[in-house]
Amino acid sequence: MSSDVAFPASHSRTPTPHEASRVIRVSQLGKQYQLGARARYRTLREALVESVVGAARSIGRGGTRRAPERFWALDDVSFDVAQGDVVGIIGRNGSGKSTLLKILSRIVEPTRGTVDLEGRVGSLLEVGTGFHPDLTGRENVFLSGAILGMRRTEIEKKFEEIVEFAEVDRFIDTQVKHYSSGMYMRLAFSVAAHLEPDILVVDEVLAVGDAAFQKKCLGKMGTVARHGRTVLFVSHNMGAVVSLCSRALLLDGGRLVLESDPITVAARYQATLTAAPTATSDLSGAEHFGSGKARFVSLRFVPERRDGTTREMMCPGSRLRVETRIVCSASVDSANVGITIYDASGYRLVDANTAMQGRFVSMNPGDEAHVDFSLDDLRLKPGTYLVGLWMGRGNVEDIDGILYAATLEVEPDPQQLQHSEQFPGSYLCAFKHSVVISGPAANVARSGVRDEPGQRSAAGASR
Amino acid sequence: MPETALPVFRIEATKGWRSLKLGEVWQARELLYFLTLSNIKVKYKQTLLGASWAIIQPFFTMVIFSLFFGRLANIPSDGIPYPLFAYTALVPWTFFATGLTLASNSLVGSANLITKVYFPRLTIPLATVLAGLVDFALAFPVLFGLMWWHGVTPTAQVVWLPVFIALAFATSLGVGLWLSALNVEFRDVRHVVPFLTQLWMFATPIAYPSSLLPERWRTLYALNPMVGVVEGFRWALLGTATRPGPMILVSGIAALALLIGGAFFFRRMERTFADVV
Repeated sequence: MSSDVAFPASHSRTPTPHEASRVIRVSQLGKQYQLGARARYRTLREALVESVVGAARSIGRGGTRRAPERFWALDDVSFDVAQGDVVGIIGRNGSGKSTLLKILSRIVEPTRGTVDLEGRVGSLLEVGTGFHPDLTGRENVFLSGAILGMRRTEIEKKFEEIVEFAEVDRFIDTQVKHYSSGMYMRLAFSVAAHLEPDILVVDEVLAVGDAAFQKKCLGKMGTVARHGRTVLFVSHNMGAVVSLCSRALLLDGGRLVLESDPITVAARYQATLTAAPTATSDLSGAEHFGSGKARFVSLRFVPERRDGTTREMMCPGSRLRVETRIVCSASVDSANVGITIYDASGYRLVDANTAMQGRFVSMNPGDEAHVDFSLDDLRLKPGTYLVGLWMGRGNVEDIDGILYAATLEVEPDPQQLQHSEQFPGSYLCAFKHSVVISGPAANVARSGVRDEPGQRSAAGASR
Repeated sequence: MPETALPVFRIEATKGWRSLKLGEVWQARELLYFLTLSNIKVKYKQTLLGASWAIIQPFFTMVIFSLFFGRLANIPSDGIPYPLFAYTALVPWTFFATGLTLASNSLVGSANLITKVYFPRLTIPLATVLAGLVDFALAFPVLFGLMWWHGVTPTAQVVWLPVFIALAFATSLGVGLWLSALNVEFRDVRHVVPFLTQLWMFATPIAYPSSLLPERWRTLYALNPMVGVVEGFRWALLGTATRPGPMILVSGIAALALLIGGAFFFRRMERTFADVV
């Protein structure tokens, strides 16, 4: 493996033949938690009463005590990780990903099973671990670095680099509580990014800062991954998992359901997500603004194929039908109804409204209206987007509006996943494209890559 | 240091009492240094009087004690001027009481760290008590000033002083370990601590001399390790003729028992810190 060559000089050690094999061995790992209020901290009185009552019961008859409700956050999970592997851990919320990472980073103890680790483990479960608002940037770099497991000499050596990467050099002697949240995050991530343990455990810390910094972070992760370090990486970002990882694990309900290459696992994960492909968002609890003469009551996303049939998930290039339901309480005359799609940092990407089509909505009290938008060929890259709703008369009045009414998940197209080789960074918009390669390279290209991306999506459309 | 072989570690469920793993704490000494440093730096950030609080607290307690106990109640002070008598005890006492209070809240206060990253947890209360040494070092010169003012010169016994400082440190950390570990699960500790330090203060010869007690009770009395500390301080600095030897021995044993017991208890409770805190 070329990773041995690329191993950074700071780790001057010769890999033994055995080392090329497994550096993490997880065997039948399980973690049990108690449900409900009892799992939280108790008061001394409760504990005393409990132990007295418990003792009395066990003397009396034994075993009549109601067992507290328990559940396995992680159940019988076994896998091995080899030196230099970059393993993505995928799963829905509550599938046990975080619990697994917490056990691997020695934060919590497993209830049963074992993990054998070879090498220094560094874990990044949060950006800014150990940062203290009252300390200056410089002080925090040292404190946080030490908490994450860096030696002082190591931090001193990398200090300039850390500050430069974070782009905060002018403010390094200012207390971090005076930092903007972006600066704070950048510095915190920068410290973490310069951690060089043998095994790195990372929990979705990439989603920090503005788009430019995110790009830098993903780039840094890519570098770490290419340098032959063993990395365990939890993410919801399938694009990042597919492009960074060499292997992936899929967890569901605390169990390891699939262990394979990232593309296969990502595809399976997406299949599990589609249980509710056309979920309806109830907007009664949302934060509305505007006069309230009429209200949006629900919102539904229906991804469709070109031929109008419903598909399981929203992928780049699908058609998206956005269905809104409006209930009127006071008469509304020729209102414009619109939707806006924002990216995760709140930038407006797409807007559509009835006025654009020369259509307006008029309603009487008690009326219920449905306004459905069809966005053909929506070329948003896989990711999470926010959808806002608005109804009113331009510059005259807001009747009802919800800034962020629902989130829209765009998933990578499973059919195209195997050809997605993402460059580090985040890209929001996709577009149909084709490639022509001419000259001496043309033969090689034609034999190596059968389908060009543009042709693939065209083929996908006809399917 | 060169890494010849990769450290191998096994993670598994542990039961009962666990080893202290002091080696791990030693390896984390740089972290301990930075934690202590930040505790010191943060302590008086955004205060008007800053580190002078370290002097103000024991000094004004001494003034009040001198007025009420020394003047009004006429409590004897082993032939030493009362203000000096009280302040000599208040300096180690303040160190003990602040260390204990801060240590007992230290784990809960570091919940964000405990749930996000692993490092030897013992460093957290240890760093808070260590940080208190700075306050101690600030309040201490005032003691020499008072001695000079009252014309008291330290005797050769002063060389023993570090032993009594260590004793105060061990007691503070020992109790701090017990309380900080308990506090993770039982937030009652937060309410117990102010009460406990207050009671403990009256169980310690700060406002009064231990010579008020009959001789045969004194050894038993010294089971409170702070008795040994205070008597030791007075003996070493002011040359009180109380012959505190047996008391200091008893206090030393008690402090050691508190510390070792506390450390093991802490390690035992440690495994659920991140789950419960």
